[in-house]
Amino acid sequence: MSESQKKGYKEIPIGGMITKAGSSAEFKTGDWKSFTPVWEKEKCIHCMICPAYCPEDCIPKKDGKRLETDFDMCKGCGICAEVCPVKCIEMKEQGDSDE
Amino acid sequence: MSKKKAMTGAEAAATAMKQINPDVVAAYPITPQTPVVMKFSEFVNDGEVDTEMIRVESEHSAMSACVGASAAGARAMTATASAGLALMWEVVGVASGSRLPIVMNVVNRALSAPINIHCDHSDSMGARDLSWIQLYSEDAQEAYENTILAVKLAEHPEVQLPAMVSQDGFITSHGVQNVTVYSTDKIKKFLGERKPIKALLDVDDPVTMGPLQLQDYYFETKKQQDNAMEKARQVYIDTGKELSKITGNDYGFVEAYNLDSAEYVIVTISSTAGTVKSVIDKMDNPKIGLLKIRMFRPFPYEEVARLLEDKKAVAILDRSESFGADAPIYGEVKNALYNAKSHPKLQSYIFGLGGRDIYEKDIENVFESLLKEDIEDKKRYIGVRE
Repeated sequence: MSESQKKGYKEIPIGGMITKAGSSAEFKTGDWKSFTPVWEKEKCIHCMICPAYCPEDCIPKKDGKRLETDFDMCKGCGICAEVCPVKCIEMKEQGDSDE
Repeated sequence: MSKKKAMTGAEAAATAMKQINPDVVAAYPITPQTPVVMKFSEFVNDGEVDTEMIRVESEHSAMSACVGASAAGARAMTATASAGLALMWEVVGVASGSRLPIVMNVVNRALSAPINIHCDHSDSMGARDLSWIQLYSEDAQEAYENTILAVKLAEHPEVQLPAMVSQDGFITSHGVQNVTVYSTDKIKKFLGERKPIKALLDVDDPVTMGPLQLQDYYFETKKQQDNAMEKARQVYIDTGKELSKITGNDYGFVEAYNLDSAEYVIVTISSTAGTVKSVIDKMDNPKIGLLKIRMFRPFPYEEVARLLEDKKAVAILDRSESFGADAPIYGEVKNALYNAKSHPKLQSYIFGLGGRDIYEKDIENVFESLLKEDIEDKKRYIGVRE
């Protein structure tokens, strides 16, 4: 978010309160990561274990297939790579690149 | 209808709590605060209040329970002293940072080490920058009235900050005095019910309280707190005027005693102000007076400057230290006078640490030194042995 989009102290609710439900979806946490999951699509068996384990719920699924990670949200925790039974996800150090 | 009753300062605070009838009280006993909560738990047991009394395992939990209750929309209160305030420290800041109008009686006691159960103001003075309103009470009557006033002040929509009401450990908390207790109906009407701006239990308007704020928004939230503190000044005066209709008493930021004619003034807070008044009456000298600070946070800079700028010499008596720096009240009085049209000479005195008695003779000596304009640019210690 650019500086000009941020609200001033007169505009925000007091005490850091969040007055809208589900607002965490607007908080892009992708730039926190120092390791990025690199998914080898061809090797993937679409077992759906990684989407189930992903704490950010940022591995989308469609028609029984997993899709590419949402890098705006992925914090690079590496759990997907850890639980993958065919080792088709590798965590690569890429600074805070969000691909 | 009001009633005069002999009671301790602790019972006076508990009596205020009874009339306030908070939704939740969570507390852990610590000397000399114990009788506040002990007396209040009797009211709970006897069905004189509807309060949900939560007996917690520590002060950290006491303040945490109050934070939860207050966030849910309840009127929450607690009481503590010394090490108890020190232990709850983290959550004391959570209460103010989350803008929860919790009211806490602090029965002032020295901090460890060495361990000491007697009165000084190191506990609450140490918490002066935690964004809590701070009222200091001279006697049981003030402890009672300040507690009631603090609830309405803290909950005011423009304030929404927690408040500490202090009284001197043992000296006030365990000493029996005559206290005028006002009609519970009138106090209840004065306070009304808490109307939170937002409440966690309001399922029709869901909110998140206490989330993470980093470099992007934390600073703005702190700026709001300072604004609220500034607004608390006028709200305190207005609320005091309203309470005055019931009690007939004045609620200024400060109390001036024999100050108009005085050229030589003592500034202090809490029970020692009473001792100073007594000395002024006995010395019977129009040139001496007292300025008692009732509200320490927000600090009444303008009033202090206005009342002291034309005086010749002022002694500031602090019952707490700021090691290697100006003592809390002295520092603020000096600050207040920086922009004043003229400056009296100032002398800082430290007294009464760990409950060391302060006698009328000691106060008389301070006035004698002031009258001679015997002032030096360093702290003096009343009664400390070399």
